[in-house]
Amino acid sequence: MSDISAYYTDTSRGMSRMRLWIFGIPLLVLTYLVYIFFAFHGPQVIADANGENGRILMADMVSYKVHVTRDNNSGAVEVAVEGERKGRYPEGQSPDWVQTGDQTVVDLGSGYLVTLSGTSDVRFDIPGYGTITASATRSGGVEARFPEGPVPDWINVARNRVAITTPEGRVNITRSKTEIMRYFPGWELFFFTLDSKYYGMSPGTLAAAAFGGEAGAIWSDVWNNQVWRHKEVFWALFETVLMAFLGTAGAAMIALPVAFLAARNFAPLGVFRQVTRRIFDFLRGVDGLIWTVVLSRAYGPGPLTGTLAIMLTDTGTFGKLFSEALENVDAKQIEGVRSTGAGAFARARFGVIPQLIPVLLSQILYYMESNTRSATVIGAITGGGIGLLLTQAIITQKDWEEVTYYIVLIVMMVFAMDSLSGWLRRRLIKGS
Amino acid sequence: MTDITASSAARQADVTTLYLSEMRLRRLYSGAGVLIFVLLLVAGFLTANDRNAGGFLNGLPHIFDFPADVMSEAWEKAYDLPALLWQYFPSLIETINIAGAATLIGALIGGMLSLLVTRGLAPAPWAIWPIRRVLDIFRAVPEIVIALILIFILGGGPIPAMIAIAVHTTGALGKLFSEVAENAPQGPLEGLRSVGAGWTQRMLFGIVPQVAPNWLSYALLRFEINIRASAILGFVGAGGLGYDLRNAMSWGPGKFDEAAAIFILLFVTIVTVDQLGGSLRNRLTKGAKA
Repeated sequence: MSDISAYYTDTSRGMSRMRLWIFGIPLLVLTYLVYIFFAFHGPQVIADANGENGRILMADMVSYKVHVTRDNNSGAVEVAVEGERKGRYPEGQSPDWVQTGDQTVVDLGSGYLVTLSGTSDVRFDIPGYGTITASATRSGGVEARFPEGPVPDWINVARNRVAITTPEGRVNITRSKTEIMRYFPGWELFFFTLDSKYYGMSPGTLAAAAFGGEAGAIWSDVWNNQVWRHKEVFWALFETVLMAFLGTAGAAMIALPVAFLAARNFAPLGVFRQVTRRIFDFLRGVDGLIWTVVLSRAYGPGPLTGTLAIMLTDTGTFGKLFSEALENVDAKQIEGVRSTGAGAFARARFGVIPQLIPVLLSQILYYMESNTRSATVIGAITGGGIGLLLTQAIITQKDWEEVTYYIVLIVMMVFAMDSLSGWLRRRLIKGS
Repeated sequence: MTDITASSAARQADVTTLYLSEMRLRRLYSGAGVLIFVLLLVAGFLTANDRNAGGFLNGLPHIFDFPADVMSEAWEKAYDLPALLWQYFPSLIETINIAGAATLIGALIGGMLSLLVTRGLAPAPWAIWPIRRVLDIFRAVPEIVIALILIFILGGGPIPAMIAIAVHTTGALGKLFSEVAENAPQGPLEGLRSVGAGWTQRMLFGIVPQVAPNWLSYALLRFEINIRASAILGFVGAGGLGYDLRNAMSWGPGKFDEAAAIFILLFVTIVTVDQLGGSLRNRLTKGAKA
């Protein structure tokens, strides 16, 4: 009887302890997250979040805009993709929705019509709202007349600036210039810029031209595209992969021999072992960020700096991993090799390395893939590779389609490295 | 009788030559492989050297210039180093919090998703493939990409970094967690099913207790990695120690004592977290030492 009651108290105590865990852990997690929310100024961040930025970003990722810009002093009009110098239409050429002549008529579609006349007069017909007329002078600012009634919130009026945002396009009038922006889906000029003779050709015509012996010229026009800079972008991608490859391979080659000194079964002298291990810990502990900062002072921007930073950090990581693997090798194989009268080097080569190879290779390949990602970040800091291009494109805050392009390339690069390392792992390590 | 011995001797000779020729071929292949590898390495190194602002050999004597500058300045102003360490302590806490919160959120979401993509546990087998691809993409996108975009929308600070790291952590842990869950014995599940437990209850009481030690150990390893990521993301404007380090660095000489203080804090934190995490993980996976 007393036995049962003892069991009962035991069990119920166990149950209540379990209940404490089951309810206590989620409570702790929740408390921590609430603390983080306020420690990171969550309410303020939510209040300040710039939804407009997000919308521009999303729209820009999948579309491009063509700027029609009129200089309000000289009256000169120019049409350019994204308003960039390199995307400018040559003199006398314009897309079919822009009519040039005495006055410039820009058809934004759906009846939205902008007429530019004189040097600084603007007339904007908006279906369902009316006609806005404006003229800009250097002395008087921007004078605009709107249809009767209150000015809607998609029109922003100030003394020196009128900004009109419609679903079909945007019109910005300032004292110095009038700018009309129309959005189109897709990435314009991705293959050919306007000065290429292949611009606007259909894929069929292009293919015919390519088979007609112009393949080289076509490729060169794409490769040297000045707006999308494919050449620079692919070089940058290559640099990033190079950093990862050289850094990982170099680290592995340094770490492997040194790891013998840190393994208990190969370095009986404790002092040696401790020193080597502390060096590995130091290399690892300093971390890629600090190595990058330190090395970029000596080597300046470029892939070499990133390579060396990855190499130093990973020598520490590999040293630790390899020495642990070395401590786990089977001593019998080494003994077998020793029985044939092999020296220390031959014992390592034929007794140890064959046992280690699967472990080493899979770790090295895993790090190669992970370092491709690190190299992107390190590139952003040292100024090399795709990371730099990406940060530059994001900092300018307007070329989001380029940002998207880089992101797609980076993700494809990581996927490619991932499948390459997976394939190599399967090829080189049989039976795994 | 003699006939047989003779032929077997001949066969043995055959086998020997065959073996030797195969060995030669293998050695040739691995030799060629090594040669290609070395060539790639050398060519790659030369390319990297070429495209870098400073060459390897030219820069070699200057490697210690910067650490020496930092150390000498820190040494001169050693008296205020403790004050600086104290001054940057809140940033350190922020860096740790970014990593901690990101690991926690990543582990929670990754844990849930991992059960959805584990064969045999998933409530909707058709959803396994798409969710796995989502996890792959989460894993493949470098943190800096998400962080920079979120900084554009949300402004600088720790939250973009936290979300960016959490996304990557979700992808990484989701995959590892699912591998662990796949190997968990299914007995408890059947027991729970027999008493009428729903899917959530089966997972919560049948799977999670079994996989908890391994999951926790992976999450700890991720936390160690995330501390580094959180420091590095700070450098591109996402708060914490990295951000302070960039400010001190771009100031140049005169603030090297502050850089030194940040270096020390970072180093000590990383080593401590690594050591603590390592021993905790050991205890979790191999059990406490009796």
